[in-house]
Amino acid sequence: MRFRLLFLPCVMAAAMMQPVLSQSTSMSLPTSVEAGKAFSIPIAGSGKATLYIIGLGQVLKRDVQLGQTTSFPAGSLYNAGRYLAVLAVDSSTQSGEFDILPVNKPTGLSLLVRPSRLPVGLHDGITGAVYIFDAYHNLITAPTHISFELSGPSGGAQQRSMDTKDGSAWTSMDSTGQQGVDRFVARVGDISSNRVVSQVPGDPCGLKMTARQSGQKLLLATDPVRDCNGNAVSDGTIITFTESFGGGQSTVDVPLKHGVAEAQLTNHNGATISVASGIVLGNQIHWKN
Amino acid sequence: MLKSLLFLSTILICASGIGEAQATVRIEQSDLHGPRALPEQTRAAVIRDYLQSWQTLRSALEQNRSDLVARSFVGTAKDKLTETIGQQSALGIKTNYQDRSHDIQIIFYSPDGLSIELTDKVEYDVQLFDHDRVKTIQHIIARYVIVLTPAEVQWRVRVFQAAGE
Repeated sequence: MRFRLLFLPCVMAAAMMQPVLSQSTSMSLPTSVEAGKAFSIPIAGSGKATLYIIGLGQVLKRDVQLGQTTSFPAGSLYNAGRYLAVLAVDSSTQSGEFDILPVNKPTGLSLLVRPSRLPVGLHDGITGAVYIFDAYHNLITAPTHISFELSGPSGGAQQRSMDTKDGSAWTSMDSTGQQGVDRFVARVGDISSNRVVSQVPGDPCGLKMTARQSGQKLLLATDPVRDCNGNAVSDGTIITFTESFGGGQSTVDVPLKHGVAEAQLTNHNGATISVASGIVLGNQIHWKN
Repeated sequence: MLKSLLFLSTILICASGIGEAQATVRIEQSDLHGPRALPEQTRAAVIRDYLQSWQTLRSALEQNRSDLVARSFVGTAKDKLTETIGQQSALGIKTNYQDRSHDIQIIFYSPDGLSIELTDKVEYDVQLFDHDRVKTIQHIIARYVIVLTPAEVQWRVRVFQAAGE
């Protein structure tokens, strides 16, 4: 009710400000025009007038001859949206609306893939979202078929396809079991956009160490550290060795080097030695000389 | 369900700038086709910033000041509005866009959280001035598709486009 009361004065003002053109003067507007296409507006009557085409994307103004067809060459209106056509003769106006529609041929994809780097073997770990645009950077809102593909270094590929909804679409894919560089591709018709996704090894799996005595020291070394898919865990990953003896504890953090971690601890007969990487625990050794 | 109904029926009144004019704002229940849940704070911020963009475009177009556009627009939407202002300026035209009502629905929140798409069945009046003489006022109803992306402290409109029904 409030809205109606507020709007009423505007309508009345508009009515007062728009003397109707003579009945012999009228323009025939198209309902819609594809962006960038030529179009024309036949205008009946006689004499001269000014034609305004008003929109949020573009504005045109033409002096026109009534009784003739006003032609707009290709490229005149290319920003999609609702346009208001106003024909003004002296203080009289006539107006109407029409739409400029996106060209239904995608030429641009705005693709965002996340993350760019992730561990192997994550379910739905990779997502891609896309918006599709025509040559004039108009969002193509008509449903358009799009396909997504994630291909790994081994050549295997995951594929999804769907129709866009109001110009957008998304999908999620699993990171594969093999480390390396994957390629995420979105494809619409004959255009495509791709992103690189780096898959790195996951957490260590089956972490195992061995110990041997060397004088007053214990030499500890892990087996080659791998994730649960058999990928070598990256050098630099921190491995923690812990020795517990007589109520005390000593810890050594070492980075993986060439796939293994090595450390020296004091040789205590009866000590318990454990190995871990982050929250992943490895084996324990109860040391006896 | 009750929450949804309450949300659906929520009608906000939004001060919309000049004069006594106020736009009514209706927020439809979200119909998200993305996997990411939309936090209530984010939803409120997006709608607030989108409605602010109508005030921005109004100020920019009625004064032909392209420097105002960046307050609420970015990317393609900013470029297109800037182009329009340049054309208006060259032709001696000014326009006044007064939004009257909004019927907003959020339809897509991208998985990465870096874009939100919404539709708005908006009613607005367009007033056309040619060399400061009023030529006409027209009432328009159109469905807009809007994509917003986060900036430093607000959401900015990246795509702003009326779409056919």
